[in-house]
Amino acid sequence: MSQKIVVTGIGATTPLGGDVQSTWRALLAGESGISTLEQPWVEQYQIPVTFAGQAKVKAKDVLSVPETKRLDPSSQFALIASREAWADAGAPEVQPERLAVEFATGIGGVWTLLDAFDTLKEHGPRRVLPMTVPMLMPNGPAAAIGMDIAARGGVRTSVSACASSTEAIANAITRLQSGEIDVVVAGGAEAAIHPLPIAAFASMHALSRKNDNPASASRPYDVARDGFVMGEGAGALVLETEAHAKARGAKIYAELVGGAVTSDAHHITAPDPEGAGAARAVSAALKQAGAKPEEVVHVNAHATSTPVGDIAEYVALKRVFGDHLKNIVFSATKSSTGHLLGGAGAIEAIFTVLALHERVAPPTINLDNQDPEIPLDVATSPRKLPDGPLLAISNSFGFGGHNAVIAFRSYN
Amino acid sequence: MALSQAEVLSGLAEIVNEETGIDTSSVQLDKSFVDDLDIDSISMLTIVMNAEGKFGVTIPEDEVANLKTVGDAVSFITNAQ
Repeated sequence: MSQKIVVTGIGATTPLGGDVQSTWRALLAGESGISTLEQPWVEQYQIPVTFAGQAKVKAKDVLSVPETKRLDPSSQFALIASREAWADAGAPEVQPERLAVEFATGIGGVWTLLDAFDTLKEHGPRRVLPMTVPMLMPNGPAAAIGMDIAARGGVRTSVSACASSTEAIANAITRLQSGEIDVVVAGGAEAAIHPLPIAAFASMHALSRKNDNPASASRPYDVARDGFVMGEGAGALVLETEAHAKARGAKIYAELVGGAVTSDAHHITAPDPEGAGAARAVSAALKQAGAKPEEVVHVNAHATSTPVGDIAEYVALKRVFGDHLKNIVFSATKSSTGHLLGGAGAIEAIFTVLALHERVAPPTINLDNQDPEIPLDVATSPRKLPDGPLLAISNSFGFGGHNAVIAFRSYN
Repeated sequence: MALSQAEVLSGLAEIVNEETGIDTSSVQLDKSFVDDLDIDSISMLTIVMNAEGKFGVTIPEDEVANLKTVGDAVSFITNAQ
């Protein structure tokens, strides 16, 4: 890459905590953010999956009343995460025209859309809120952040299901390499713990049915895994050219050294069992990083806890890393957070950055009986990473055959 | 029982506050929604909709443009009850 890109700010709101520090501490402590849904609609509609990873801190407890009324929950989470990241970066002085946003969502304003349809059916068109369209549009979270920090260098939204926010971070590299942009706020948000998405994901047998023990339900690589667990929240990273960060004396967490996006053209939902597309994404991200596969010490895996997905990712990684795979420390953090869909890649990017910064791979919980078909070295308690320069990747894959991979180096 | 003008003003100020964050004490009869309170058209439409629900009145779409000030809206709602 022609100029170095660094991470100078991180922010998140997740099922584990309302900010990065509380989330990270809970993750290292091996906590689960998954719990039973107490909402009346679970019973009302006989939703077959009765648990999820709900945001630990409610957005309405953080934002003002007008913000909660004018923003879909996905945009609310986005704003909370981006404000934390921006403050963490020291609220950089940057020309608005050289400040951009790359912020993703998988589904968009699903609460707004479906609430508005309910209103239309029950009360007629005169009661449909005038803010409905800007609230439901998938670029709503990105636009809300852009307004909040006065970003005039372009505000974009990648939508590639569960790969969305990793793709957004990869896209930020292109913006920063163009020479036209100094700072990008990148990440993703999701707020889809709504009866319809849960019923729909359950209908396709994508979700775990471990209703009796929600905290144990998200169990990547375990033989008893039976589907993913929906989560909600957001993650945001302030990405900046190294030159810009150094000029203002910013603290630097890690270097973003590569990002790549590929597609399978294999099946709308099933992963390519050969893992060719996912492997190409890993290889391309490493190539952009100027790195050999043997340099990778840590992977934050996509690992959603579905029976076929976890194996497909292993097969793909085996293609790239071969025998070196046994030397890599894996973390499957969805075991604690659940799957934030369009927000997943963003919080996992933050976990990867912190793993490098603090030299510790976070634990994977619920791995009681590892699938012999996935013989990876998985950290089940916080695992110290070695001294010296470190390279790590974070993978995200999405319905539609989307593969996105980003690579970070430790920064000294 | 119909609400008094003061009660309508108080209720309207609450709606404006919830939608925009503007302090209820700033919502006074002589204030212009656009020039004084800086309320955009989409917020104005939302305020009108919420006022219809709260006060049980109908504010026709072609009437909204005539509601320049808080006083205009309070008078319309008070008379329409």
